[in-house]
Amino acid sequence: MAESKGTDAFVEFERVQKSYDGETLVVKDLNLVMPKGEFLTMLGPSGSGKTTCLMMLAGFETATHGDIRLDGVSINNIPPHKRGIGMVFQNYALFPHMTVAENLSFPLEVRKMGKSEREERVRNVLDMVQMGEFGGRRPAQLSGGQQQRIALARALVFEAELVLMDEPLGALDKQLREHMQFEIKRIADDLGITVVYVTHDQTEAMTMSDRVAVFDDGRIQQLAPPDKLYEEPGNSFVAQFIGENNTLDGVVKEINGGVALVQLDDGELIDCNPINVGVGDRTRVSIRPERVEFNKDRLQEGTHTVKAEVLEFIYMGDIFRTRLKVAGNDEFVIKTRNAPDQVRLAPGQQIEVGWLPEDCRALDA
Amino acid sequence: MTDATQHSGPMLAADGTPLKRSLARALRMQKIRALMLIAPLLIFVLVTFILPIADMLFRSVENQIVRDTLPKTVIALQDWDPASGAAPGEPVFAALAQDMKIAVEAKSHTRLGSRLNYEFTGAASLFRKSGRKVKRMDLDTDAPFKETFIDIDKKWGEPEIWKTIKRYSPAYTNGYFLNSVDMRKGADGAEARPENQRIYIKLFGRTMVMSMVITISCILLGYPVAWILANLPMRQANLLMILVLLPFWTSLLVRTSAWKVMLQQQGVINDTLVWLGLVADDARLIMINNQFGTIVAMTHILLPFMILPLYSVMQTIPPTYLRAAKSLGANNWTAFWRVYFPQSVPGIGAGSILVFILSIGYYITPEIVGGTKGVFISNRIAYHISSSLNWGLAAALGTILLAVVLLLYWCYDKVVGIDNVKLGG
Ligand SMILES: Nc1ncnc2c1ncn2[C@@H]1O[C@H](COP(=O)(O)OP(=O)(O)OP(=O)(O)O)[C@@H](O)[C@H]1O
Ligand SMILES: [Mg+2]
Repeated sequence: MAESKGTDAFVEFERVQKSYDGETLVVKDLNLVMPKGEFLTMLGPSGSGKTTCLMMLAGFETATHGDIRLDGVSINNIPPHKRGIGMVFQNYALFPHMTVAENLSFPLEVRKMGKSEREERVRNVLDMVQMGEFGGRRPAQLSGGQQQRIALARALVFEAELVLMDEPLGALDKQLREHMQFEIKRIADDLGITVVYVTHDQTEAMTMSDRVAVFDDGRIQQLAPPDKLYEEPGNSFVAQFIGENNTLDGVVKEINGGVALVQLDDGELIDCNPINVGVGDRTRVSIRPERVEFNKDRLQEGTHTVKAEVLEFIYMGDIFRTRLKVAGNDEFVIKTRNAPDQVRLAPGQQIEVGWLPEDCRALDA
Repeated sequence: MTDATQHSGPMLAADGTPLKRSLARALRMQKIRALMLIAPLLIFVLVTFILPIADMLFRSVENQIVRDTLPKTVIALQDWDPASGAAPGEPVFAALAQDMKIAVEAKSHTRLGSRLNYEFTGAASLFRKSGRKVKRMDLDTDAPFKETFIDIDKKWGEPEIWKTIKRYSPAYTNGYFLNSVDMRKGADGAEARPENQRIYIKLFGRTMVMSMVITISCILLGYPVAWILANLPMRQANLLMILVLLPFWTSLLVRTSAWKVMLQQQGVINDTLVWLGLVADDARLIMINNQFGTIVAMTHILLPFMILPLYSVMQTIPPTYLRAAKSLGANNWTAFWRVYFPQSVPGIGAGSILVFILSIGYYITPEIVGGTKGVFISNRIAYHISSSLNWGLAAALGTILLAVVLLLYWCYDKVVGIDNVKLGG
């Protein structure tokens, strides 16, 4: 529900640090503010501290330093069972000795809710995840996708306002995963709950989230909506991690009116959009494959072009993927739409490629 | 395609024999080889386990000694009416004389005497005494035998010994079993023994109750240990596991005797309590040679049998279940009781069966620390095997014990389900 998304903070991490062994920091200086109703995804390579953050929020790990607040109240000293946070575990953690309905009514029973109300709520939540007939089954008698739905239902049945999910779709096959992504997003939007979602899968992060926090090395590298993250990566880690990306290394020669002149390692001079570099810094220039053009007719008048040699042409159905050698980099890829008038390049062909200066981002090396 | 697959008859192997037959031959070889591999174990189990049990079952009802030793007497006694209140007539005594003559030569009359002595006190000396006289008796001239035998011992003139002989003349008897449940064969079937002779029911009851107490103590003490074992990091868990298994490395006798040292009135525990002033010197606690001593020592000895199955079941319960329960709002206790404990029940079941069945048949420890009040039925069985030599009664007691164990096992299967018992992950 869009109207419930306020600007005031619902979940807050302030200068949070975490160390397990007293020697290395697994989470370093984490700052994060989430408004109510937001769907935020933590995305990052393995070991970057995503689960640790989630566990600190759920109360199963204590922060070594810093403050975690929920709805304005510091929850550092509140035990997990009093936080009222719903959680979906990667292996679902459905209690094997209880039926589906018993699993779902467990959180209601420990809240001392009356029997009739419990049954009603269980029925409603089962209907919501489209598992109405399965109340009497044991978790072991359900398929992976069905177990996943029940795990989700169990995290929602006690009307938690904040739900945490740690790679909830990791064990499902691709098709089911895509379907469940859609389901989870729909339910979250319908209920207006705030979700912190952890995943390895960047497509999942991009399609589901309001905002994505890219984790690396115990820090949030960039926190932005998916489109911004893709089109305007804030540093070269994010540019590399999200989507496909071409890089060219060089040195920033000068910056003039928001345009940087970069000298590539083979001597070529190009105009770039400076992001987090200063004059004299080494830089890694990042260009998305679909923003590179080789057809002179489509290039803007006066665009600077660079010489390239075609190494490989791959037909992928909807697009063509062509690998080039550009300025010494032979992993330079361009993607072109399979349109009727599209040119199919052949290996060995010598061409010239160009791009808009604002699509060519000079990032830290 | 080859010819073999095309023609419609039975499939042929490469050498022309029907495929089914060569397959059967190949499989038979495999089976024989497998059987030969397990043959030593099979024979061992058969000889040391199945046969003795069968023998025990047989002995508990077998009673051929009377009719083998006194064949003619047994036949002659068929016409005698025990209710008449008088000893049988001359033909029976004549038969007895003939039978005894043969028995004395074979020296089997004393064995019969001891056998009948279980049922009729005095029978052993009666037969020994009569045997000596019968040796010098002349079967052709010494008639009538009735007077002769009554002269030897006037017990022959009373109906009691004859009733006993008649009652125990069939080849099979339920007498041992009646004895095992504090009954005996009376004039008209089974009857209860007099109050002061009843011991077995009480002993069976005590064995059950104490085994149950021991099992419960093992659960209470073993559960937390198993829990810690399952939740410690690998290295510490291994160390603790060695401590748990340590008792297995010392002799059972040594451990039991150690408890004697600990628990006796001048022992370590009493000394400490007196020194602390908790117990007066002249009121030292009696902790040994009674049920308390047996329970303590047996709990200690059987504890690993509870911990090991519990541990192996707990190891398979992922910690995320507890976390999930807490995230759903359960406090520590509820999370444990509603989520963790039910999943550990198969371990409790396996451990309990092991401990209970082991303790129900335990012998050495109650013998050493049990005194008279803390002994089990097995001690009584051992007594009949090695001291009183009443093997039939020992066999009957053993058979009842076996039946009780099987019955309990069956009940357990009905209530808990034996499939729910896990000894390992
Ligand atoms: N209980 C623990 N004790 C010690 N170190 C731990 C513990 N849990 C995690 N770590 C370490 O903390 C770091 C971050 O782990 P974390 O589980 O948060 O990563 P993650 O981002 O969730 O990775 P993944 O994507 O693989 O799940 C890792 O280097 C890990 O080895
Ligand atoms: Mg993780």
